[in-house]
Formats: sequence, structure tokens, C-alpha cells
Amino acid sequence: MLEVSGLRVSYGGIQAVRGITFHVNEGEMVALIGANGAGKSSTLRALSRLLDPAGGSVRYRGKELLALPPHGLVAEGIALVPEGRGVFPRMTSLENLYMGAYARNDKAAIARDLEHVLGLFPRLKERAQQVAGTLSGGEQQMLAIGRALMSKPRLLLLDEPSMGLAPIMVQKIFEVIRAVASEGMTILLVEQNAKLALEVSQRGYVMESGEITVTDESNKLLADPKVRAAYLGE
Amino acid sequence: MDTLLQQLINGLTLGAVYALVALGYTMVYGIIGLINFAHGEVVMIGTMVAFTVIVSLAGSGMPPLLILGIGLLVAVLACMILGWALERVAYRPLRHAPRLTPLITAIGMSIVLQNVAMIIWGRNYITFPPMINKEIFEVGGASFTNVQVAIVCLAALVMLGLTYLVQRTRIGMAMRATAQNPHVALLMGVDINRVIAMAFIIGSALGALAGCMVGSYYEIAHYQMGFMLGLKAFTAAVLGGIGNMAGAMAGGLLLGIIEALGAGYIGDLTGDFLGSHYQDIFAFVVLIIVLMFRPSGLFGERTGDRA
Ligand SMILES: Nc1ncnc2c1ncn2[C@@H]1O[C@H](COP(=O)(O)OP(=O)(O)OP(=O)(O)O)[C@@H](O)[C@H]1O
Ligand SMILES: [Mg+2]
Repeated sequence: MLEVSGLRVSYGGIQAVRGITFHVNEGEMVALIGANGAGKSSTLRALSRLLDPAGGSVRYRGKELLALPPHGLVAEGIALVPEGRGVFPRMTSLENLYMGAYARNDKAAIARDLEHVLGLFPRLKERAQQVAGTLSGGEQQMLAIGRALMSKPRLLLLDEPSMGLAPIMVQKIFEVIRAVASEGMTILLVEQNAKLALEVSQRGYVMESGEITVTDESNKLLADPKVRAAYLGE
Repeated sequence: MDTLLQQLINGLTLGAVYALVALGYTMVYGIIGLINFAHGEVVMIGTMVAFTVIVSLAGSGMPPLLILGIGLLVAVLACMILGWALERVAYRPLRHAPRLTPLITAIGMSIVLQNVAMIIWGRNYITFPPMINKEIFEVGGASFTNVQVAIVCLAALVMLGLTYLVQRTRIGMAMRATAQNPHVALLMGVDINRVIAMAFIIGSALGALAGCMVGSYYEIAHYQMGFMLGLKAFTAAVLGGIGNMAGAMAGGLLLGIIEALGAGYIGDLTGDFLGSHYQDIFAFVVLIIVLMFRPSGLFGERTGDRA
């Protein structure tokens, strides 16, 4: 579904992503793990066109993504849950969710999807009229995921959904991610919490200083002594 | 007592105009963080265009209100195009430049527009032809005209409409989203360029309307009028908290009232040393006080938004 080849990202002189190649198959959950500053977020930002990559190609369902205008991606079915959530702080939760459906105009289906999202995150239903800036970190993460789902994506890009959250909240969020995946969603999951990411995903890529160094099925990566030593704290 | 009521009425009229102009500053600032110093000149051009249209139709035998309406409409359309063009030509190429660059460009555009206006309309004061038969109403010792009533009602109506647009419509949602987080708005499929253009177009339309109001209130226009009016409306926007639309409305009204009260009482306060023609100083005293003690304005955005 997604084929990335030779993707490069640089900030001024700094090369953050140095020509990486990877792919995500339809219906699959793929983890991209790596230490701080490895270039994971930069990769997602390039895929979602928040920044223009310095080179490479991104093919999605046979189309070259880099040729599209940035605001056109969501209509192609690509949604990013950005690092740090990026909720609209002075809009209510409900308005944030409706913003997720901004590019759609199938009213009836939007209403159905809203019910579905509020079913996945009952907490958001309680907080529907609360301004998003005053939600807790976990609630904001739920909102950011819910908002992405409201665009009815085929490919969901998640950037560190566990960041800064208490273990119980992480568990809740990952339950939903699993549930969404089991409905057939294709997911590219970026995580620093490598153990968690490899447990829920089918395949994984390990990124180090802007390059992909190891790739395998997730359970094999989990068993790999080198990966265990570097990323699972053993 | 009658001075107080009278000055409140005058202040309300003036304040309605300031509020409309302040909205233009605040909408653009809220979305791209630019203080569009050329906005005052857009207002001036609006006044001048309305003036030209009205004068050229004055002998046509059309009913005066219709002429006034056409003048207003043409001015609004002309300013919408001007606002759009300003953004497109002067500011968009500088979107990623350091913040000072577009600011200086804005000052440059303001000078350019003033000079263009001077070439077209000349250096002299232009008398705005009175299209409405002035009626004077008296209430409790204070008097006001039907022009003032029209200004205040029209401004209130337009501000209500704008609030509806921003709070309830799709484009309004997109504008708020862009102001709060442009990158994420882009992810949601918002065409940021379109939203920015809309902010300029709507702000300029409001400015043109305000320009026509000033023209019919003072019955006078001049190619430099945009400077002082713009500066005062900018003060109003800062007073309300720049970037905040409700703040611009409140700041405009408040500034109008402060200024009118100041003008009404400055003679008494200074033993007639300073006359009411010193009313302009109040806006700047307000600006300095706000900048010193509450730079985020009365309704200023609280900082520390999580997200
Ligand atoms: N806007 C920027 N300007 C300059 N350098 C940047 C910018 N954003 C990221 N970088 C640099 O690019 C490299 C990769 O950053 P990136 O955010 O992609 O890492 P990451 O893998 O997501 O890390 P983390 O796990 O901490 O989120 C880092 O060295 C970072 O300092
Ligand atoms: Mg990151």
C-alpha cells in the first residue's frame, strides 16, 4: 500500500533521514522504532507532507504522493496523529473531531463515524463540549486519534501515541489502536516504547541516525539480542 | 450630565468604526502573525472609491440611498480585490521570511497605497457629498443623527454576521483551526493559502465598510486619513488582545468611548489649556498603557495552551 524508497529529509545542513526504504502492506501494522533523534518523526512529517523531503519517492496505492499538494493527502486516505497530539486548543473536543472530517462531505457517514469514535473513546463523549486545551494529556491523545479516524483514513500514521502518558492511559490507547487495526486499518506506528510497539505490530523497522538498520517480523525483533540490548533496556 | 451622554453616543459611533477596522488587523494577525500596516490605507481607498462612485452618480437622478448603497458595494468589492492582491503580491512570497521582513513590506505597501491615492484623488481634502438627509434626534439633552444610528446598527449587524461565519461555518472552522495550529489544519485538508486569502478579503471588506462610515460621518476624506484611523484601530486591536476577534470588537468600542470622553472633558481637566482637537492623544496614551501593563490585551490569549 505504501512504498517509500530513498527518502531523505534535511534541515538546513543536518541530514535527519538518509535515504530510507521501507513499505507497509494493506491491513498491516508496522512499527518504526529508534532512539531519540533517529529521524522517526521526520519520516512521518515527510510522508504527510508537513515538510518537503530532500529526495526519494513515496508511492501510495500506485500514486506518487510527493506530487500532491499537502492539503490533498487527507482526501487520499492518509491521516497523521502528530507527535505531541496537536489538538486545536481553543476548540471543543467535538469541534476537533469535526475538523478531522473537514475534507469529507458525506454528512450521514460523518455522523456514523462520530458515534463510532465516541464509542471507542467514551471519555471524549463526556468531554465533548470541553475546550481541548484543558483536556488531560491522555484525553488529548484520544482526541488526536479520534480526530484522525474521523477523516476515514485507509492509512493511519501514529507518532508516539504513548508519549508522556501514565501506564494505564498507555494501555487504554493501545487497546484502541489494536481494535482499530483489527477492523482492517493499515497502521504505521512510530514509538520509542519499542516493546509495546513490537508487541502490537506484525513487522518492524529499526531506525538509527537517519537510517534503517534492522528489519524483521516483530516477534523476531523482540527476540533479537541486539534489539533487546539497544531498545528494550536489557 | 448631558456632555457625558453626548460623548458616550459619539464614542459608540466612533467605536463601531474602530471595531470594524480592528477586526481586519486582528484576523490577519491571528492567522499569520503579521501586523498589516497597510490596512489603514485599504480603508482609505474604500472611502475614496465610495466617494468617486457617489459623486459620479449624484446627478443621475437615482434615489440617494440607492447611490449610497452602490457606492458602498463598489468600495467593498474594490477593497476585497485590493486585500487579496496585497496578500498575493506583497506578503505571500515572504511567508517563510523572518518576521521583520513582511512587517517592513507592510509599511512599504502603506506608503505605496497612499501615494497612489494622492495621484488619483489629489492632495486636498475631499468633501463627501451628503446623501442622507440628516435628521437629528434628541434624548436627555444629547443629540444624535440618523447617520450615527445607521453606522452603529450596520456595524452591529456585520459583527454578528462575522461571528456566525467564524463560529458556525466550514470556512470559519478552517480559519480558527489555521490560527490555532496551521500544520495540523493542513493535515485536516485545510487549504491554508485559501484561508489566509480569506482573512485578507474579509478584513478588507470590513475596512471598506468602515471607510464609508467615516466618510458619511465626517463628510470629509483625505489620502492620509488611513494612517491615523489605522493606528487607532490597531490600538483597539491591541487593547482587546490582538488575534482575538471578540477583543477587537470590544477594544474598538472601548477606545471610541475613551476617546470621546477624553475629548469632551479634556478642556475641563486642563483648565482649557488643551482643547478637544487633542482627542487623538488618548488613543496613544491607551496604547502605551496597554503595552506597558497588559501587552496581551484585555481578552489576551492565555499562553500555556497545552498541545
Ligand atoms: N525543525 C528542525 N530543525 C532542525 N533540526 C531538526 C528539526 N526537527 C528535527 N530535527 C533534527 O532531526 C533529527 C531527527 O529528529 P526527529 O524528530 O525526526 O527524531 P525522532 O526519531 O522523532 O526523535 P524522538 O524520538 O525524540 O521524537 C534530530 O537530530 C533533530 O535534532
Ligand atoms: Mg519524534
